[in-house]
Amino acid sequence: MNPQPNQFSRWKYILIISSVFFSLIYTLPNFYGEAPAVQIMSIKSGEKIDASILKSIETTLRESNIRINKLIIENKGIKVKLDSAKDQLKAKKLIQDAIGDRYVVALNLLPNSPNWLTSIGALPMHLGLDLRGGVHFLMQLDMVSASGRGVDNLLIQSRKELQKEKIPYFGSKRIDNSLEMKFKKKLDRDRAKEAFKSLGSGRKIQVRRITKETAAYDFIETDSANEFILNVTPNAYSDGDTQSLALKQNLETLHNRINELGVAEPVIQQQGADRILVQLPGVQDTAKAKEIIGRTAMLEMRMVEENPSRANAAIDGKVAPGLEVFNDRDGNPVVVKKEVVITGKRITDAGPGLDNQTGKSIVSLTFDSQGASIFKDVTRENIGKRIALILIDKKTTEVVTAPVIRGEIGGGRVQITGMDSAQEATDVALLLRSGSLATPMEIVEERTVGPSMGKDNIDRGIKSTVWGFMAIVLLMAFYYMGFGLVSVIGLSVNLLFLVALLSIIQATLTLPGIAAIALTLGMAIDANVLINERIRDEIRNGNTPQASISIGYEKAWGTLVDSNMTTMIAGLALFVFGSGPIKGFAVVLMLGILTSMYSSIWVSRGIINYVYGNRRHINKLSIGEIFRVDNN
Amino acid sequence: MEIFRVKKDIPFMKYSKLSAVISIIIFVLSASFLSTKGLNLGIDFTGGTIMEVSYPKGIDVQDIRDTLKSIDLEDSQVQNFGTETDVLIRLPIKEGQSIADISEKVSLALKLDNNSMEVRRVESVGSQVGEELYANGALAILFVCLGIVLYLSLRFEWRFAIAAIIANMHDVVIILGFFSFFQWEFNLTVLAAVLAVLGYSVNESVVVFDRVRENCRKATMRNSPISAIMNNAITRTMSRTIMTHLSTQTVVVSMLIFGGEILHNFALALTIGILFGIYSSIMVGCPMAMWLGTSQRNLASNVAQDTKKPSE
Repeated sequence: MNPQPNQFSRWKYILIISSVFFSLIYTLPNFYGEAPAVQIMSIKSGEKIDASILKSIETTLRESNIRINKLIIENKGIKVKLDSAKDQLKAKKLIQDAIGDRYVVALNLLPNSPNWLTSIGALPMHLGLDLRGGVHFLMQLDMVSASGRGVDNLLIQSRKELQKEKIPYFGSKRIDNSLEMKFKKKLDRDRAKEAFKSLGSGRKIQVRRITKETAAYDFIETDSANEFILNVTPNAYSDGDTQSLALKQNLETLHNRINELGVAEPVIQQQGADRILVQLPGVQDTAKAKEIIGRTAMLEMRMVEENPSRANAAIDGKVAPGLEVFNDRDGNPVVVKKEVVITGKRITDAGPGLDNQTGKSIVSLTFDSQGASIFKDVTRENIGKRIALILIDKKTTEVVTAPVIRGEIGGGRVQITGMDSAQEATDVALLLRSGSLATPMEIVEERTVGPSMGKDNIDRGIKSTVWGFMAIVLLMAFYYMGFGLVSVIGLSVNLLFLVALLSIIQATLTLPGIAAIALTLGMAIDANVLINERIRDEIRNGNTPQASISIGYEKAWGTLVDSNMTTMIAGLALFVFGSGPIKGFAVVLMLGILTSMYSSIWVSRGIINYVYGNRRHINKLSIGEIFRVDNN
Repeated sequence: MEIFRVKKDIPFMKYSKLSAVISIIIFVLSASFLSTKGLNLGIDFTGGTIMEVSYPKGIDVQDIRDTLKSIDLEDSQVQNFGTETDVLIRLPIKEGQSIADISEKVSLALKLDNNSMEVRRVESVGSQVGEELYANGALAILFVCLGIVLYLSLRFEWRFAIAAIIANMHDVVIILGFFSFFQWEFNLTVLAAVLAVLGYSVNESVVVFDRVRENCRKATMRNSPISAIMNNAITRTMSRTIMTHLSTQTVVVSMLIFGGEILHNFALALTIGILFGIYSSIMVGCPMAMWLGTSQRNLASNVAQDTKKPSE
């Protein structure tokens, strides 16, 4: 056996001390708390904020004697750290007034830690919604409706295509998830089929290293005496594309809408193929949030049917193909053409306002260049006719207004009159600005935590951990004396490592996460107990103190690995199958196992070696009273 | 100080038949509670809405019940918890009503009655999400069991693996039995506790098995009967078992006292798991391995690879 079994080389001590030091620094930011701040974001997500805005923020605040503690310029916007919550509220209003409503000013909290810590990337852990308050929504997309809308689009597209290719057909309609087109000649149908193939841009897939181009549609041909029918159904590939496109559009729209709500650090994530997770820290008005998030609100402009006999027939229930009937705000039916002139997608800006003549609330719209040119053409060609503005929401489709076109409208500026109130004008403007959802969504999971609850939860978590920790300290010191104290130091270092690691990976701390920290501490002491008991055992067997320490640690190691691996497996399962807070619990559990092994095998051993390793003669180890069996 | 002043090995294995009877009785009881009463599944698994509201001046829950009745939510449960200022409302899922609307409807109605009402927490889970969480929970338990059996088969041998997992499931069934008997709410955090117990309780069996294996290698013990080897292993690890459980339990007690409503059942499940974990690692794991026919020879084959130790 090694003559000096209980000595660590110098580099090991250096490693231990530097790891503790490192952890200390990265744990530090958690103790500084947070400072009030305001965050300025552009309404259109992704748009950068220019320098003039920055100037105007600085001047505004200087003029009102509000001290800027720190100014952070990020991709997403500008964050201004302030000294007090009072300043924060004042600053929000002042900045909003100064820079106008193309930007959103939100209240936020920023870490209060000193700059040198932030500059080395030492940041505090995020607090989960259950600790800081806020709402969590899981939204389910209506993919059936998304697929249906995909088929609708295909129908419109295919009609245009057939017209362009001059292929005669005498009937086209949607049946569930497929199209039916009728042709007089077989040749026409074959040509149409080719046209369809060019429509669905063949998507490339890898099949055993060979790139194949897949068809986008399935075709069924039915022949009868005087008509040739072609059924077109989008296959799994193109249907999947339609759905993922819908998901993408909904995500983007949600981003825009939530920006408008002025939420500081929202989480908007895809979850699975057809769900979106939304977390809004600090939001308390859940009703408003739900309304803004969930509204489908699409705008379409369509021509009103001017032929009185066709219109009347439609109102009587005999709706001719190509026509639809909707009610206006007063409940009167309006007959419109199915063909859409222009949709809300072409809107670049929308804002509420007042009509100079009537004093009623209006929404003014600005179209992009393509939208403006379409609108110009349409208005020029249809002077004297009526154009209907149709707002499509989740449950209702209504004609907001259907004015007569008085003359050509250029420049792409339009006003929607007929709003009920200023509030409605504001909401409609917001929805039109942020774009429409591709398909309706439903909230399938909601978790809301009020701000007072969040504070209570932090308090509960900390109390549980602190008191649990103190009890363990007493127990260990009482039972294992000196070695017990070393175990306690090991345990404290373990806690330090754990918090430092969680801060470095920027984990989100939740109440179950704090529970896991406490539980990990209770379980981590197992390593120390195991080691201490082994050392006692060896002394009982008649070994010298030095040999007992060395053998005790060695034997305990094997057991530790096996027993911790099983807990690791449980942690892994929790991580894979768990959701939300449970995942957090699992992360803490797994990290805790790793840190506890390090802190018991290296740190506590290091201390023991430092104390006992160089002594030649030790009469007794401070490990508590050891009961000896005489015959041993 | 030394709690266990044991002169001779305690003949645990002698009582293994008795403990088997006890275990079977508890197991059958738990299983029968589970099959007759079932678990009181929380909204995480069934879907539904929980609202925690607080009134600074306190309130009569009957008033809240009446208000809920007036908006057609009579099948909801209303109860005080902790103090009389805090009220917990449980609303079942209703056909055709979105879960997003229901909580708004309730908070609006209650606000109208008493403007000082504050919504502290809302949890709503749709029925489909609930079913998924339930399925995932079951999968997680299955995954943990398989993982543990696989790992222990590799590190020890299959008899130990089977014995450990039976000792484990024994604990889990008992936890579930308690939750069924008292109809405590079983939610996602309780499931996390059950899984933590699964991992934790295997720890116990592993520590004992490790000693058994070590004893099998010892010259002085190699020829003793397996029951004597096990008795010695259990007696020697007794002190560690008690100390570890005691320290874990202190933390859990601290959670029970300070953790509040959300952590309460979590800590409760852990408590049962820890207490029965001591019993099952001693009186279920080892006898089971013995009855499965573990002998010195089975373990000897593994000896060579396990003598490798980290060089310090």
